[in-house]
Formats: sequence, C-alpha cells, structure tokens
Amino acid sequence: MNRYGSLTARTAREAAEWSTGRVIRANLRAVVGRAYPRVIGLTREPSWVFFEILLPFLAVSAFVFVYRALEAPEEFIGFVVLGGAMTAFWLNVVWMMAAQFYWEKDQGNLELYFTAPMHLMSILAGMAIGGLVMTSSRALAVIGIGSVLYGVTYQIEQPLLLALVFLLTMIPLYGMGMLFASLFLLWGREAFHLAQLLQEPIYFLGGVNFPLGALRSFGPLIGVVMSTLPLGVGLDAMRQLAFRDMTGVLPVGIEMAILVAMGVVFIIGARLALGYLEHLARKEGRLTLRWQ
Amino acid sequence: MPDDLAIHARGVTRVYKAKPNPVTALGGVDLDVQPGDYFGLLGPNGAGKTTLIKILTTLLLPTSGEAKVAGFDVVRETAKIRRVINMVSGGEQSGYGLLTLREQLWMFSQFYGMPIADGWRRVDELIEITGLTEQKDQKVRTLSTGQRQKLNFARGLLNDPWVLFLDEPTLGLDVAAARDLREHTLAWKAAAPGRTLLLTTHYMVEAEQLCDRIAIVDRGKILALGTPEELRRRVQAESIFRIELDQLPQNGGLAAIGDLPGVLSAVHADEDSADSASSDRVALKVALADDSALTNVVTAVAERGSHLVGLAKSEPSLEDVFVELVGRGFGDEHDEEQPS
Repeated sequence: MNRYGSLTARTAREAAEWSTGRVIRANLRAVVGRAYPRVIGLTREPSWVFFEILLPFLAVSAFVFVYRALEAPEEFIGFVVLGGAMTAFWLNVVWMMAAQFYWEKDQGNLELYFTAPMHLMSILAGMAIGGLVMTSSRALAVIGIGSVLYGVTYQIEQPLLLALVFLLTMIPLYGMGMLFASLFLLWGREAFHLAQLLQEPIYFLGGVNFPLGALRSFGPLIGVVMSTLPLGVGLDAMRQLAFRDMTGVLPVGIEMAILVAMGVVFIIGARLALGYLEHLARKEGRLTLRWQ
Repeated sequence: MPDDLAIHARGVTRVYKAKPNPVTALGGVDLDVQPGDYFGLLGPNGAGKTTLIKILTTLLLPTSGEAKVAGFDVVRETAKIRRVINMVSGGEQSGYGLLTLREQLWMFSQFYGMPIADGWRRVDELIEITGLTEQKDQKVRTLSTGQRQKLNFARGLLNDPWVLFLDEPTLGLDVAAARDLREHTLAWKAAAPGRTLLLTTHYMVEAEQLCDRIAIVDRGKILALGTPEELRRRVQAESIFRIELDQLPQNGGLAAIGDLPGVLSAVHADEDSADSASSDRVALKVALADDSALTNVVTAVAERGSHLVGLAKSEPSLEDVFVELVGRGFGDEHDEEQPS
C-alpha cells in the first residue's frame, strides 16, 4: 500500500459490495466514532464542572431550603437531589441530542454523515451513548455532593432493580432525543427556541423538584401526560426504589412496563423520522444545505 | 455501458422550489466520466456545479433524468455509492473543534467503517502526507484556513474512495496552500490510476492543471466538454504567434507580412508599441492558418531588415473559451443556484 492508499478491489462495483457482517461492524464503529467527542469532551472543557454541576446544584439547594423551611418530610430532600441528578440527563437530551442535528447542519457535518456509508441511526446512537456517559458523571457528582451536603439517607433494598429502572429510563429518554433530533430539524429554523420551549414544561411534568404524587389533585389527565414522559415515569419509579416511604403514582412494575413501551415507541419513531428527514432532505434540497 | 462508467448522467435536471418562481439549477445535464478520469466542472458561482455534485453524492434527488456513480443509481442505490465515494468542499468546517486534528480524522475513519487500529494507522499516514505532523495534536478550532483544508482533504482520502468529489477545494486558500493541495491531488491520482476525480472550480488554472477533461457549465447546462486543448480549439482554429522584432520590417511593413501565404492577419501586439518611436523592439501578433506558415513569416521578416528577438505561441485560456461560449466573463457572476 503506498502512502496515498491503494484500491484493494478490482472495480468500484466490487468495492461497494459489503457483507451483512461488514455493514453491522461499520455501523457499530460509527457509534463509537460519534460517541468519542462527547466522552473526550469531559477532559477538554473543565468549565463543565462549574456550569453543569455547581450552577444546577444551586437550583437543587433552593428547593432543599424551601422544603426545610416548610418542615416537609426529610425524604423530600432526597427527591430533589435525585431529581436534580436526572435533570442533567434531560438537559443533555434536549440540548445535545434534540438540537444537535440542527447545529450539525450549520457546521456542515450533516452532509458528511449523509454521504458516509453508515446509517444515521448509528450517529444518533453514538450521540446518545456519548451523552449518557458524559452526563452520568455529572449526575453522580450532583448526587454525591447533594447527599453529603444535605445528609440524604437512601433506603435502597433492591439496588439491581434500581439500576435496571435507571437504564430503562435512559432508553426512552434518549430515544425521545433521537426522535426530536429529526423533528427539530424538520420543524424549526431555530433549535435554541424549541429547546427552551421544552425545558420548563418537562421540569414540571417530570416532577424533577417534587414528588409527582402531588399532582394527583389535578385529576387523571396530569397522570396521563406525565406517563408519556420517560423522565417523570422513571424518576417516580426510582424514587420508590430509593426511598422506602415514597408512594408512587403507579406501582414500579407498571412504570417499568411503560418505560419499555416508551423505549420501543421512541426508537421506532426516531427511525421513521430519520427516514422521512432524509427523504425530504434529498427531495426538497433543504436540511443538508447550509443556506436553507 | 453506463454501469462501467465512474459517473453517468443523462438529462439530469434539478429544480428548487422558491418564491416567486422555481429555480432551475440544472437544466438537463448529460455527462460520462470514465474510471480513472480527472474531470472538471468549470463555471461561475450559480452555474449548477455544486447541485450536480450533491446529486452524485446522494445528497439531492434529481428532479428528472438518470444519474449513476460507479454504475449505481443515485436514487435507489445510495448505500452502495456511499461506500466508494468521498467528498471535500472548500471552506468546510466539519467536525468538532475540541478534538485534536488526529482525533478528528480518526472519528471520521470510524464513520467510514474502518477498524479502530487501521483507522489510527491510516490517520497517521495521511497526517504525514499532508504535512500536518506538527499540528496533529492541536485542537481543530485552532487550525488556520489552509491547515483546516488540508485536514478536510485528508478526511476525503481516509476511505480510499474510488470516486472523489472536490467542490471548490481551494476556495479561500492562499496561493501556496492551493498549490500544495493540487499537488496532493495529482499524487493521489498517480498512486492508483483507477481513481476518478470530479472537481468543481471556477479557477481556470486549477481546472487545467488537474483535469484530463473539462466541462464548461453555466446556468445549469454544459456548454462545452473536452480536453483543455480541445476546448481551446473551439474558440481558436488558427495559430497565433507573438513575434518580437528589433524594428518594424521595411518594404511594406506589417501589411507585407499580412499578405504572405498562410498568414491570416498581422497586427501590433501591444497598442503602446504601435506609437512608440523610442521602443527598442516591436511586438506583432500574427495569426496563421497553421503552424507551417511561420517559416514564411520568419523569412520575410529577415528579408525586410528586421531581426527576430522573441517568439511565443499564444494560446487562448479557458476563460477565453468561457467568454466565447457565454458572452461574458467569470466576473459577471450570478447566484441563481441559491433561491431566497
């Protein structure tokens, strides 16, 4: 092989024939490739410690002091700390998943993704896995600092089940981000505003800073809306497993089933939206073109 | 056979929806590029060059017509096309600024499906080839425009593409960086003759230096296609020489030269020299039916007391060809490819 590379197949047509195994391997490598900048970003931008741990922690602290002033049960402090940690994932999904394709288009990356020999779902999966790894460290930091500082006591009887619920929450949560990545690009010219639009309602409906059971007084509609959001369902189930006296909106088993169903729906939805996005991009000449 | 061609296009059109009227970016392009060809699309901004590249790289669907790359249909067989192509655009800002140059290339190697270790090895080879060794651990966002474009070029070679699309690759580069990039492109070609290049440019020199064949494109149509020599011949059938003499020929002067057999015309080459009595030499522009008539001219000049001090054949540039075909120069550009 000379320095400029060499052609290993006899013809281009021969080179284009890939086995199913090679296609799968190529897509898995694309997942790793796209996850890489997210993971490596942890070591490159130390400012994240300030912006993504200390600043969000101030919001957590505010609620802690409100609950203490109101002499709320001590579990509420734990609810808020856990909610604060899960907030990091939601922020990651809305800013670094949902809005990402929009920014990738601006940079010209989207064109290169389209012309590369892998499925765009691999790019989304890479973004999700990289984001999950990156955000887990931030979430753990919030839990660690919050628990020590405010003396949170957890009563975890089934740690493996808690870990499973966490994973089951992440699948639909990031699946939703994968779906929104295409939808943001299809709907909006300004991803920033769409991300902002989603941020606060999800904080509320996800019960980030209070137990969702408090919304029962609003009737069943709130429960229905909440149960379409992975963050709310997952957080409610995790709180039940982390704090013995917590009464959830639904039993943990049912919430797990909802999370599984949501995971399937969001991943399939993301796949379909991506297919539609690519079709529209090629047909109308928009989306991949920077000036559109 | 279209399937044996590197690129095949028949009647390819592309119309963009736009207000108040749709914009026709391509108006029926026919094109065949053989494997191993270095092919140039030469034309001003808005000519439709980039639209054609986007169709061939599967980013856009043609509104009508048929296009194939490596024998695969751009509408239905996108996955196969993407395995054998790559694309580099001028001014490209792809990738992520927080990565180092080496990491960025490796990341893209993963998008092209290269095994992890092979990816790093190939990245290091390309870094060395493109002269980016000193910058390899530098963050991408700190690179200069020229270094950035070298990085983009290296990315384009990562997967050893069979068909490489270069869309205005030297746009915004200084002279040295542009020349460097052209040299790499030629070396890449020499390394494996089966490789095909489709280059879009509005730089005449670049097209002439890199391309075996050139299509001159304007307003979505191919106006002329051929080797650079063939294109020049289209606008200039005669041979034109610039002849420098120590003085004007005696006994009839220019008119006598113009009347020689095989000479179509003879005029002063520079307006200045026609009037300048103090000039120590005169330059003539002599058009000949063919090169053989030059002997008559040289002999006649000597017989009339003049001495030949310079002789050069004057070739039309590709810009002359463009002006001849379109009726305007590259400077009179329009932007109809980008609807508002």
